[in-house]
Amino acid sequence: MKTDGYSAGEHFDEMFTPDGQIRSHYEGFFQNLKKTSTKKMNQLQYSANQTQRAMGMTFNVYHDNQGMEKILHLDIIPRIIPNTEWRKLEAGLKQRVHALNLFLQDIYNDQKILKDGIIPADLILGSKDFLKPCIGLTPPKGIWCHITGTDLVKDKSGEYYILEDNLRCPSGVSYMLESREIIKRVYPQLFSQEGVMPVSDYPTKLLRMLQNLSNKAKPVVGVLTPGIYNSAYYEHSYLALQMGVELVNGVDLIVENKKVYMQTTKGLEQIDVLYRRIDDSFLDPLTFNPDSMLGVPGIFEAYKAGNIALANAPGTGVADDKAVYAYVPRIIKYYLGEEPILNNVPTYLCREENDRNYVLENIHELVVKETNAAGGYGMLIGPKASRQEHEKFRDLIKNNPTNYIAQPTLSLSTVPTLVGDGIQGRHVDLRPYILYGKEIEVIPGALTRVALKEGSLVVNSSQGGGSKDTWVLYN
Amino acid sequence: MLSRVANHIYWLGRYLERAENYARFIDVNFNLMQDLPLDLKEQWQPLVAATGDLELYKTRYEGFGRGQVLYFLAFDPDNPNSILSAITKARENARIIRENLSKETWEKVNELYYMIQEGMDKKIWKKEDPRFFFEKIKNQILLLYGIADSSVARTEGWYFRQLGQFLERADKTSRILDVKYHILLPSTSEVGTPLDFLHWMALLKSVTAFNTYRRLYGNIDSAGIVEFLVLNKLFPRSIYYCLKEAENCLHHISGNFGGGYQNPAEKAIGELKSRLEFAEVNEIISIGLHEYLDSLQLRINHISNLIDSNFFTIKDNFVTQTQHQE
Repeated sequence: MKTDGYSAGEHFDEMFTPDGQIRSHYEGFFQNLKKTSTKKMNQLQYSANQTQRAMGMTFNVYHDNQGMEKILHLDIIPRIIPNTEWRKLEAGLKQRVHALNLFLQDIYNDQKILKDGIIPADLILGSKDFLKPCIGLTPPKGIWCHITGTDLVKDKSGEYYILEDNLRCPSGVSYMLESREIIKRVYPQLFSQEGVMPVSDYPTKLLRMLQNLSNKAKPVVGVLTPGIYNSAYYEHSYLALQMGVELVNGVDLIVENKKVYMQTTKGLEQIDVLYRRIDDSFLDPLTFNPDSMLGVPGIFEAYKAGNIALANAPGTGVADDKAVYAYVPRIIKYYLGEEPILNNVPTYLCREENDRNYVLENIHELVVKETNAAGGYGMLIGPKASRQEHEKFRDLIKNNPTNYIAQPTLSLSTVPTLVGDGIQGRHVDLRPYILYGKEIEVIPGALTRVALKEGSLVVNSSQGGGSKDTWVLYN
Repeated sequence: MLSRVANHIYWLGRYLERAENYARFIDVNFNLMQDLPLDLKEQWQPLVAATGDLELYKTRYEGFGRGQVLYFLAFDPDNPNSILSAITKARENARIIRENLSKETWEKVNELYYMIQEGMDKKIWKKEDPRFFFEKIKNQILLLYGIADSSVARTEGWYFRQLGQFLERADKTSRILDVKYHILLPSTSEVGTPLDFLHWMALLKSVTAFNTYRRLYGNIDSAGIVEFLVLNKLFPRSIYYCLKEAENCLHHISGNFGGGYQNPAEKAIGELKSRLEFAEVNEIISIGLHEYLDSLQLRINHISNLIDSNFFTIKDNFVTQTQHQE
């Protein structure tokens, strides 16, 4: 397949240097690509698509009338990360998760960081994600964020920037695992030749981490799902299957004497650890949202009594709020006394007057985000938006400044992607997964999301994004 | 095993078996129609009558044209028992409890789903001879059974799926037999004629029972065939055999190997099975085959309801929300 004429423009391309040379960590892959005809590449792509369909690797899209289940397009050209680059990422992510966990323990207990004036108290205490019922609580082993899926991007200079710390129920890990299985079939020889670090033991590590949360010798573990209509249902059932544990719905569980039981064909059976994929506010209608039909009444009392471990712990949402994000470098310095290894994107908090005025004046150059929205919703990309949209967001910000932050538009790096009869650069982000068990561990792989539309920066699966397998090299 | 999961596995078993049997129904009728004398028109109404959905059919269609009946039985999404509906529901049940299925099982169910969608897109019911398609559906389901048989551990889940499968099969064998009752012969004097004989043969072939029947019974006559399909102790599609296997599943689930019963479902199925065990075909014929089969179907439904209340009903956290399927 020919790659002549490929250009990433002004963006950082993961495979080619600006003058069209192959970056050394892509050399082996590139040689293979050169040998493979375009027709063959398209055939391989087709069979990868068919495999995904046969596996039922689907996600559900809300507000979409073209059928409920969709397949996340998997582009067969991988995103490759050389080992040295990965080591730095790994260290930075461990540092960040470590600090955020200390931060969560602090704000729900002593609140030293607020008393020391490092973060304005009202930003934390007034956040809707600060869960008052968690005040005074220490979760099992002092771990709050067991599973983190941090979003990063690379700017023009090739530096990584943290975009979001997803500390609640980050999804997508099943795509990392299943995509790898599919891509291994696409390039059977390349894997051993290139030395790609495996990710397939993730379910084993996840299970061990979950079991570690209970003091019982053989704890009963389950995955709690909102049910089949949830967009990530495939992932919930996939993880339960891979770990060999029960996948439970709220209706399967019942709380008696502050203990949580599964309703089985043989009566009640106690459950000790739940990897819950239900948001905090839906977890327990008696403690949180009384309208929730998904959760388990009384489960929070059982949690407080130490009879059930929940991963992630309720209350972590306050630490991945987009406004709190701006303070993470200071959080790292405060708890660890270290300089942050990974960059934060400069963030303007509309709640602060100076920042707000800057945002209102420069909105055409900024990305404006709602502090509590996810999935690429409620977001304005200044340089791409119309004047009317700028005006609309100015009004939104003025009416509810605490709800918005703004950041300079980042350039996202590109990776060659199969398009029609050739390859073209498409923008990507990176979501590695971090497990916090006995130690903090970063899984050597990631979900690389790719914006399939030319020039688009929106990588979310709900908005036309696809994915790529991510190879972390041994060397 | 979670009650909710057991419920979905049970219905996965039932819907797969239902889809397979509907594919057989269509086959049997095709075979019958080919053997009709020239002066008789194709009869597709009896097939609809045998499925028990005649009333629904009449509210939606006029007449009993072949393509129309085929569409209704195989593809109509508004017919809750069509092959398409059964496969869609089987897949939905499988999707909900995927963590309890082997990867291969799930992938075959998923393939089956795309197969029936493709049949819909290709308008199979309009084809001159659509039997190859129904054959494919049938084989895919048999393949699934084979994979499960050699890869699934005999734990509770296995027995719940088998339980659903055998109860459904008992019901469907009774309905296949009933097709014959609904087929109109030119006059009652035709009973026992070559035409009548051809009908019975076609029916046996559709349940892959022709050769077995020949070997065991020899002559083709109605009493022999009724005995074979209702009371035979060894043929895996006879109603007695299905009930015996279903009872066995219930005993494995409850751990009752000492005889008698431990729950209402075991009691009801044990009674019905014993009744068939000692029944004679003459009794059935004197009651009337159609009437007899009707009452069997009602009893099987009753057993299914007892299984539901005994194993699947869960205490509600909120409001009543047990998931009843049919």
